[in-house]
Amino acid sequence: MIPSSFDYHAPSDLPSAVALLVKHGEGAKVLSGGQSLLPLLKLRLGQAAHLVDVGRIPGLEYVREEGGMLRIGACTRESVLEGSEVVRTRYPILFETTKVIADPVVRNRATVGGNLAHGDPANDHPATMLALSAQVVAVGPNGERVIAIDKFFLGLFSTALAPDEILTEIRVPSPPPRSGGAYEKLERKVGDYATAAAAVQVTLSPSGAVERVGIALTNAGPIPVRAGAAETYLRGKKVDDAAIAQAARLAGGASSPRADRRGTVEYKREMARVMSARALKRAVERAGGH
Amino acid sequence: MSMHKVELKVNGVPHSAEVESRLLLVHLLREVFRLTGTHIGCDTTHCGACTVLLDGNPVKSCTVLAVQAHGREVMTVEGLETGGKLHPIQQGFTEKHGLQCGYCTPGMMMTGFALLARNQQPSEQEIREAISGNLCRCTGYLNIVKAVQYAAEQLEKGASHAA
Amino acid sequence: MQPRTDAKICGMGHAMRRKEDARFIRGQGHYIDDVQLPGMLFLDIVRSPFAHAKITAIRTERALKVPGVLAVITGETLAKYNLHWMPTLSADTQMVLPTEKVMYQSQEVAAVIATDRYAAADGVDAVEVDYEPLPVLIDPFKALAPGAQVLRTDKKDKKDNLAFHWEAGNRAATDRAFAEAEVVVKEDFYVPRIHVASIETCGCVADFSPAEGKLTVYMTSQAPHAVRTVFALVAGHVGLSEEKIRVISPDIGGGFGGKVPVYPGYVIAVAASVVLGKPVKWIEDRMENLQADSFARDYHMRTELAAKRDGTMVALRIRTVADHGYTNASANPSKFPAGLFSICTGSYDLKQAFCEVDAAYTNKPPGGVAYRCSFRVTEAVHAIERITDVLAHELRMDPAELRMKNFIRPEQFPYRSVLGWEYDSGNYPAALRLAMDKIGYAALRKEQAEKQARGELLGIGICSFTEIVGGGPSKDFDILGLKMFDSAEIRVHPTGKAIARLGTKSQGQGHETTYAQIVAEELGIPAAHVQVEEGDTDTAPYGLGTYASRSTPTSGAACAVAARKLREKARKIAAHLLEVSEEDLVWEPGKFSVKGAPQKAKTIQEIVFAAYTNYPKGMEPGFEASSYYDPPNLTFPFGSYVCVVDIDRGTGTVKVRRFLAVDDCGNIINPMIVEGQIHGGLTQGLAPALFEEMSYDENGNNQAGSFMDYLLPTAVETPHWETDKTVTPCPHHPLGAKGVGESATVGAPPAIANAVVDALAHLGVRNIDIPITPEKVWRILKEKGVAE
Repeated sequence: MIPSSFDYHAPSDLPSAVALLVKHGEGAKVLSGGQSLLPLLKLRLGQAAHLVDVGRIPGLEYVREEGGMLRIGACTRESVLEGSEVVRTRYPILFETTKVIADPVVRNRATVGGNLAHGDPANDHPATMLALSAQVVAVGPNGERVIAIDKFFLGLFSTALAPDEILTEIRVPSPPPRSGGAYEKLERKVGDYATAAAAVQVTLSPSGAVERVGIALTNAGPIPVRAGAAETYLRGKKVDDAAIAQAARLAGGASSPRADRRGTVEYKREMARVMSARALKRAVERAGGH
Repeated sequence: MSMHKVELKVNGVPHSAEVESRLLLVHLLREVFRLTGTHIGCDTTHCGACTVLLDGNPVKSCTVLAVQAHGREVMTVEGLETGGKLHPIQQGFTEKHGLQCGYCTPGMMMTGFALLARNQQPSEQEIREAISGNLCRCTGYLNIVKAVQYAAEQLEKGASHAA
Repeated sequence: MQPRTDAKICGMGHAMRRKEDARFIRGQGHYIDDVQLPGMLFLDIVRSPFAHAKITAIRTERALKVPGVLAVITGETLAKYNLHWMPTLSADTQMVLPTEKVMYQSQEVAAVIATDRYAAADGVDAVEVDYEPLPVLIDPFKALAPGAQVLRTDKKDKKDNLAFHWEAGNRAATDRAFAEAEVVVKEDFYVPRIHVASIETCGCVADFSPAEGKLTVYMTSQAPHAVRTVFALVAGHVGLSEEKIRVISPDIGGGFGGKVPVYPGYVIAVAASVVLGKPVKWIEDRMENLQADSFARDYHMRTELAAKRDGTMVALRIRTVADHGYTNASANPSKFPAGLFSICTGSYDLKQAFCEVDAAYTNKPPGGVAYRCSFRVTEAVHAIERITDVLAHELRMDPAELRMKNFIRPEQFPYRSVLGWEYDSGNYPAALRLAMDKIGYAALRKEQAEKQARGELLGIGICSFTEIVGGGPSKDFDILGLKMFDSAEIRVHPTGKAIARLGTKSQGQGHETTYAQIVAEELGIPAAHVQVEEGDTDTAPYGLGTYASRSTPTSGAACAVAARKLREKARKIAAHLLEVSEEDLVWEPGKFSVKGAPQKAKTIQEIVFAAYTNYPKGMEPGFEASSYYDPPNLTFPFGSYVCVVDIDRGTGTVKVRRFLAVDDCGNIINPMIVEGQIHGGLTQGLAPALFEEMSYDENGNNQAGSFMDYLLPTAVETPHWETDKTVTPCPHHPLGAKGVGESATVGAPPAIANAVVDALAHLGVRNIDIPITPEKVWRILKEKGVAE
C-alpha cells in the first residue's frame, strides 16, 4: 500500500524533464497519469529512485484534428478523449477504446501517452493504435523523432522509447470516406484488463471491397498483436458473414495469450476470434458496407 | 527521499504541509489535514472509497501523490455541506437509503456529485457506469442509483427556482 | 400491514430515514482508522510467502535500523508470555506468531512497531526471514486420505488431518429409504472458498494504560463482549483482568462475519501496547485481508435426493468434505461445528435425511463462517435447491411444480424437520406463487421454448429457501461456553427522551434506527427521541454481537421485552397520577387513558417525568429496565426467488435479465432497511454465483489475493433487483419478527445457478459449480457444439 521512498521532480518544461532523465538514467521513471506506475510502486513491485512528473509541462494536453491527422497530446486524460466530440464522431474506435479503460474515475487521471508508454500489452490503446497505423512523437536529448506504432512495442513493458525520451504526442491518420472502426473488449467486470479484445479499422473501396484494414489484439501476447494474416485475407475482398468469420478465425490464430484467472489459452484465443468477428462486423457497418 | 512543500485548497480552504515525495494524497487528507471522511478500502486502485474531486474531477486519492496536488483544488465529502445546508446528493443518500455501513459513501457521493455537475439528467445506466469505479458491499447499488436520481431531481428543482 | 403508530412516533412498519446517516453523509463516521490517540504507534505485519514452511531464522537488524521503527515482535517474543498460541472460537488452537513453522501463505510471521505507518511498511520490507519449504497440502480429499502428511504437528497424538466429524439424522433409515426409492439423483456440488471483502478491512487500536492497568481496544469487532471475555481468559495470566478491559467497536465499515474472529493482528497489537505502554494501531491492507482473514464456504457436498416417480421427495443424503484451513477457527456455536447445515432438508417435507461433514486441515487460512452465510446455511440451501432442480429435470417436471408438490404446507407449522429443527412459521406456496406471478413465469417458459427453437439460450431458475437464524436458545447454543442470549437496557430521562443500549453491534444494519423504532412501538416515545448505543463493553449490556442475522431475533426481542417492562411500570404510575386502578386504563401508543373517559389521560412523557418527581409510594424511582433474552427457538425467514438469465453463445457470459426476490421475514420493523438488506444480500449472492472465488495453486499460492482477481461486482454487473414480500409473523418472537440480513445471500446463488443450468439442461447439462464463469459456460457450449 505504501511505496518505497523516491525523489520527485516536477519540471515545468520539456528540456528540463529530459535533462532529469539524462541525469538519473535507469533510476528515473516518467510519471504521467500515474494510474499504471503508482499502483506498481505501492505494491513495491517496481523501483524508482526518481519520478519525473511531466504533468506540469504545459502544452501536452490537447485533442485536435489538423494536417490530415488527429493529434493527441500525450498527457491528455482518457476522460477528455472520451468526452471529445471529434473523437466520438470521427474516431469511434478510439472512443470505444478509451471508454473501456479501467473505470471512469481512473480515466480522470490516466493519460493516453501513459497507456502506450507503459508498454503493457494488456492496456487497451496499443492494439487500437496499431489498427489505426498511428505514430507517436518522442522528445529526447537529441530532439524530436516520430516513431511508427508498429515499431513502438518491443516486448513486455518495453517500448522503443529510450530511457531519456518522453512521449509527447500521438498521431492518428484521419480516416478517408467509407471508413469505420470498432473496439470490442471482453472483460470479467468493469475495470478489468481484457480477457480478449480486438481493434479493427477498415476502409472500403467504392465497390465495397476492403481497401485498407488494421486488426490488432489486446492482451494476446507480450506485445500487442497485429493480426497480419487476417488483414491479408480481407484485403480486396467484399465483406460478408463468411469473410468475417474466416478473418476472425485467422485473427484468433494470431493470439498467443498466457493462461491466468481470465481464462485458459484456448478460451482466450477463441475469445480473440469472437471479439475480432464482432469488431469487424461493427467496423464494416460503420464504413457503410454490409 | 525528497521533501516538498505542498500548498493546495481543500474545500475552498488553503492548506499546506511539508511532505515526503511518496505521501499519497489520501494520507495527506486523512493523516495530515485530519479530514477522515475519505476512506481507504484497497491497495490496487479498485474500490474507490478514497474518491475525492481534484480540480472538479473525481480521482482515486490513493493513486495520486500529495505532491501532484500542489497548487490544485481538492474537494472532499466534508465540502459537500455548505452554510449548514446539506447538498442534494447527501439528501438523496439519506432519503433513498443509499448507504448502510457508510464506508464507501463519501467516495460514492463525490462521484455522484461530479456526475450531476456534467449530466443533469442521467439515466440509470449512466449512473451505474459513472459509479462503476466505486465498490459497495452493503447496498447492492440500487438505492445508490435512486439517491443520485433523487439528487438530480432536487438540483433541477433548485435550478428552476433560481431561474 | 399498516403501522400502529403515527409518523411522529414512528414505530414498527415505518420507513424511517436512518438516524446514523447524519454523520456518515458528512464524512464524520468514526471508523477504526479514524481513531488517533496521542503517542500512537503503528503495527505492520511480515507475512509468509509460503503455504507451509519451517522458519529457520528471523533477522531484525536491518528493520530496527529503519528510521521510526521501534521494535520487531516475533513468536519468540510472545512465547515468553505464552501468547504465541491462542484458542479459536471453535476450541481449536491458532498461532498468533509462529515459533516453528507457518501453515498458510500470508500467515503472520513477525510484527514491526514504528512511529508512523510509512516507517512500519519500510520496517516490514527490511525484516529478513529464512524459510525451509515443506510439502503443501491443499486438497482436502488428499488431506483426509490415509497416509497423508499430518499438518498439525503441534497436536500431540494427532495422526491425521481430520478436524472433526459431525453428523445429523438417521443414517440407517435414510439408507433404507434410498435403497427402496423409485428415483435417486446424485450430484457433487462444490461451493468454493470466498471472502467477505467488506470495504473497510480489519484493524484495531490497542491502548494499554500502565498507570490504570487498563486496556482499551478499539476494534472492528462484531462481538465486542465476547472478545473482551476471550482476552480476559487468554491473557489473564499476563495481568489483563476483565473489568479492566474495554473493547470499543466504533463505526464498522461492513462486517458480514469477517469481523467476528480474533485475528492475530489484534493480539499482537494488544501485546505490543501492554509491553510498550503506548497505543498501537494495526490496520491491515486489502491484500492481507483477502489472503489471511476468515474465509467462507469451501464445502464439497455429495448430495443425493430420493423420490417417487410422481415427484414426492422421500429422502436426502449429503456427505460433505469441508476445507477448514490449518485450524478450525470458524465462529460456530460449539455444538454445531458444521453450523446449521442440518437445515438442508430446506422447505420440503422430507421424511428421512442424513448429513455428515468431515472437516479437513489444509495449508490455507482458517475460518469458515464469514460472508453472510448464517452458519453454513448458504451451503445447505445450495445443496437442497440445486438437487431439487436436478430432480425436476430428471423427472421432466417443472421446477416450480416440483417445489409446490413438496413444500411443507402452511398448516404443518410449527413443523419439526426430520433433522430436528422446529420451524416456527411459514407459507412457502404463497411466496413462490407471488414470485411466479410477478416475474410472469408462464410467459417466460413460453419465451424459453421459442428461443430454444432458434438456438438461443434463456434460463429460469427458482430458489425457495428456508433460513434459520437468531442463534440461539441456551439449551443448544453457545460459543466457547457463552450462551447466545442477547440484551437490551433502556433508560428514559425525565424529559421523556431515552437511551437504549444493546449487546449487538451494527455494521451497517441500521440498529440506531430500528431499535429506536422498537422502543417507539412499545412505549410510544418518538423514535427520534431514542438514542441507541452499541459496541462499548464498558456501557453496553452483555451480548454475543451481530452476525448470522441474530440481532432482531435476540436483541430486538430483548428491546421489546425491556420496553414492555417499562410500559407496565408506566401503567402503575399512570394509575397513580389519574387516581384509577390499573385495570381501568387503556393503552394506545404514547398514552394511557381511562376507559370510557379518554380525555382523562397521561402521555408517556408525563408518566416518565412522574417517575422522577411523583411516583407511587413504595415504587422504585427512575424509569429503566433491561432484558437478557434467551430466545425459545430460532426463527425461520424464507423466500422464493426467480432469476432469468440470457447466455451469450459466443463468450459464455451469463447476463441476469431479471431477478425477483420475494422474502418473508415476519413482521417488519423498517421496510426500507429490510429492502436494503435484501438488495445487499442479493449482490453478495450474485458475486459468488458468477464472480468470486478464492483459489490456490498446488503450492498453496493464493490466486485471488487482491481486487484484481477477487472480483467484486460493480454497479454495472449488478442487476436492477426486484423485491416483494409476504408476511408470516414469528409466533414466538415478541414482535413477530424474524431477521433478514442473510436471506438473500442464501437464496440468490442457487437461483442463479439453477437459471444457468436450466438454460442448458436441454443439452444434457445437470450441474455447473459456482462461480459460473464465462469460460465454464463456454466449454459446455463448445462441447455440445453450440458455441458461436
